[in-house]
Formats: sequence, C-alpha cells, structure tokens
Amino acid sequence: MPTELNYWPLIGVAVVIAGFALRRNPVLVVVVAGLASGLAAGVTLPDLLALLGKTFVENRVLLLFLLTLPAIGVLEHHGLRERAKRWIAGFRGLTLARLQITYLAARQLISMTGLTHVAGHPQTVRPLLAPMSEAAAERTLDGELSNAERNTVRASAAATDNVGLFFGEDVFMAFGAVLLIQGFFASNGITLEPLAISLWALPTAVCAFVIHSIRLHFLQRRLLRERAASSTGGTDDAAR
Amino acid sequence: MLRVEYLYWLVGALLIVSAWLNLRDRRHAMGAFWLVLSAPFLFGNFVLDAHQRGSTWPAQAMGLAVIALGLLASRSRLSVREDSAEEHARRDSESLRLGNRLFMPALAIPAFTLILYFGAGTLSRQGLDLLDPKALTLSALGIASLLALIAALRVTRSPAVEAIHQGRHLLDALGWAVLLPMVLATLGGVFAATGVGDAIAALTSAMIPVDSRLACLLAFALGMVFFTVIMGNAFAAFPVMMAGIGLPLLIHQHGADPAILGAIGMLTGYCGTLLTPMAANFNIVPAVLLELPDQYGVIRSQVPTALALMLANILLMLLLVFR
Repeated sequence: MPTELNYWPLIGVAVVIAGFALRRNPVLVVVVAGLASGLAAGVTLPDLLALLGKTFVENRVLLLFLLTLPAIGVLEHHGLRERAKRWIAGFRGLTLARLQITYLAARQLISMTGLTHVAGHPQTVRPLLAPMSEAAAERTLDGELSNAERNTVRASAAATDNVGLFFGEDVFMAFGAVLLIQGFFASNGITLEPLAISLWALPTAVCAFVIHSIRLHFLQRRLLRERAASSTGGTDDAAR
Repeated sequence: MLRVEYLYWLVGALLIVSAWLNLRDRRHAMGAFWLVLSAPFLFGNFVLDAHQRGSTWPAQAMGLAVIALGLLASRSRLSVREDSAEEHARRDSESLRLGNRLFMPALAIPAFTLILYFGAGTLSRQGLDLLDPKALTLSALGIASLLALIAALRVTRSPAVEAIHQGRHLLDALGWAVLLPMVLATLGGVFAATGVGDAIAALTSAMIPVDSRLACLLAFALGMVFFTVIMGNAFAAFPVMMAGIGLPLLIHQHGADPAILGAIGMLTGYCGTLLTPMAANFNIVPAVLLELPDQYGVIRSQVPTALALMLANILLMLLLVFR
C-alpha cells in the first residue's frame, strides 16, 4: 500500500451524487460508481469483479424478505387491505395522528427488544398500517381522500415505521450497531460494556418519539386545514 | 439445524418461477433480471466456499452478473400497475366474505417470528440449534412467512399455485428496487476496500480547527450524517468518522466520553439514513410498495423529523459527552 492517501477513489462518490441528481437508474448508478472507485484505486478488473461478486453474495440476506411476498399477495388478492380499512373505520375517535403515534410507540418498544423484523414495509406497512391510516384519515377528514392526500398519508405510514425502527433498535444491547460500536472501541484499546452504550441511545429514542409525534399532529392539522380551504371554494391544494 | 441456506434456495426458486412466468409473457428484460438475480441465492455458498479456497472465477462470474443486473435494471421502468375494476370488486366482496379471518394469517407473520425467535433462542441455550444462530431473526421471519402462507391459503381456500402468481405480481411491482439494497451494500464493500472512507476523513479533519471542541463535535456529527447519506448506511460511516475525528480529536484530545459519543454519534448517522435514496430498502422500496408516484415521497415525509432529530442529537452530545 502506498503511504500517501489516494484521493481518486472519491470519484465513486461523485458518480453517486451525479447519478441521483440526474435521476438515472439507481442500480446502474451504483454499479458504475463501484467500478469507477475500484478502477481509480488501481484494482485490476479481475480482482474488482471478484470483489463485486463476493460482496454481493455476502449481502443476499437483505432479500430474505421476499419470502413474505406470496403470503401477503394471496391475502391482498382476497381483500386484506379493504378489510383493514373497514375494521379501522369502525373505531370512533381514532384519528390518523393517534393511529400512527400508537404504531410508532409499538414499533419503538418492539425494536428495543431486538425484534426488528417483526414489522416492516412488506410485512406490516403495505398490508395493514397504510390502509388503516387511509381509513383513519378518511374518518378524520370526514370524506374520501384525494390522490395527493392518500399519497401523503401512505408516505407518512412508511416514515413512521422507519423512525420507530431506527430509534428503537439501538436501545437493544445485542443489536448490530451496539456491537459495532463496542468492537470499534475494543480494537482501539477502550473496553466498554454493550449495556453502557445501548443505555445512551435512550435519550435520542425519547426525542425521536416526541419530535415525530408532534409532526404527525401537524400533518393531521395541515390536512384538515387544506380540506377547509378547498371546501370553501379555494383551489389551494398547492399549499406545500 | 435448519440452515439459512435453505431459505436462500427458496428465494432463488421464487425468482426462477417469476423469471419463467415473465419470459412466457414475453417480458424478456424482467424475466432475464429475475433469472440472473436467482444466481446468488442458488449458488451463494458455492461462490463463497470457492473464494475461500482461493478459486476466484465463481466470484468473478457473480461480479459480471452484478453488471448485467445494472444494465437490465436500466432497461426496465418501474410502473404502478393499476388494478382492474374486476380485481377491485373481487377484493371488496372477498373482504366481506372472509371478514376478520383475513387478519389471522397477516398477523401470523409477526407472531410466528416472535415465537420462533424466542423458542429457538431458548433451545439454543440448551445446546440445540434449530435455526441458524447467526441469522436468528431473519430465519425466524423466513419460516414465519411460510407458515403464514399456509394459513393464508387455508383461510382463503386458494390453490397453492395462487401463491406463486400473487408473489410474482408483487415482485414485478417492486422490480429493480428490490435489488437496490443489495447493490448498495456491495458498493459499501467496494468503498471500504478502496479507501474512500479514509480519504473523506482525511479531507474533513484537514478542514476543521482542531482546537475547538465545538467545531470538532459539529464536524463529527455532520460528517456522520453526510457520509451516511453517501453510503446509505450509518454502519459504514461510523468507523470512518470515529477513526478520523471522534477518536483522535474528541476522545483523546478533548476528553469526550466514548460510550455516549458512540451511541449518539451512531444515531446521528441514522438521521442521514432517513434522508437518502441510498438507503433503498427503507426509503425507495416502500415508496414502490405503497405505489407512490414520487420515488422520493417517503424521504420527503421524513426530512423534518430527520433534521430536528439531528439538532436534538447534537445538543445531547454537547450536554453529555464532555462531563
């Protein structure tokens, strides 16, 4: 290895930024970025191909969630999402914000026990939380959702799942991130107990819950206000 | 022991069948895409074993497959498939007919994941490894999905072949987005192997006034966010920023508490994960799954939370780490 740093591999970062800015196909952008960085670092093509292939195979665990698709597909084909909507619509007093805040709390608490894969976008958000959120929003707004409103509510469902997962999982002391932190410090001569690290994830977990809950309240208020504005004759749907 | 490898083979089988159904419908790009993608699932262990023995050609072939997948992905567009009116009517009447029984198999996925996770964990402490201990929750999720599928077929009284068709429809709807998490993780590996992280850390630490602990802390926090946005993963950013700024400047020079800096520093990186299309499995895949017209819709919904939480984390670190 040369002693001075080689800055040329940074070209891969530039490729990523340019590719996403130009909205090229992300998969292709990422593959090209990997090739560019590798070649710029002076890795030979056969070695680079082997590196790409080996890392790709090592990460195949990321697609294990595909096994949920047949079950979800069958249930949706037989009206699971419609049923979820109808069930939620039967609850009086359940608003969009209350539903999503409850889900946020549950997702955070379950992640804190290390069960990060119990919920997720294919398992729970698409078949359950998203249609339930739509039904709750229809109740809150007292009417059918417009396309824009529906997309906002769905995006918020996905965001709520992410926030709950990210800021719950680190409180679990055997979670990968905590072990990564511990391992990094251990290899640099600082010994820490995993519990000592994971406990310090609690303040952020509380902040995340408070901040996102406030945002969900504001989202609901915004939807109500826009409804009120448009029903009084204004075509103010461009507001934000 | 039920090795996680068996579950990979099942994923491979699902991909092969989807490929065949697409090729039969003359959707060649999509069919070829699933066919190539099945290779790492069917031959994954063979590739890794061969690599360990020093034989690199299978890994190289897989590298060519990655490039082929990139080219095939750029040829297929993600399109939101509108359901036919017939399908809508069918779903409505089925949801009335089956009622709350439909929830049972759906909730079976999280419920069985929980049971298998704790059950296998308990047995494992007795010395009996039922599931792969290295991939316990994901193995549990995989098996729970299969049990839920059986329940779903029974509740809806559908033939087993329907599972394949419906699974394939969802898979086609996801399209290339499904692959993004895997290629991004691969890119992370390439970046790590080619020293991209070291170069970024060197550039950052050359730019900040190292005597100011506020400047160092801000550089560390913003560096975590920025690098996570680039890499799509706070795990990749953490060792880089820690080795570049956190350890030499904040901990050794300014006496910061390593446990607090590590924990909250990592979570500051997570704020970056909420902001980036590179974290595809959290940000792009759900946008496709929820049929949002805007690929970046989920990210847009997360930006205010991410920024507010980043500020909260910086304040927490300022208050807590220099005690």
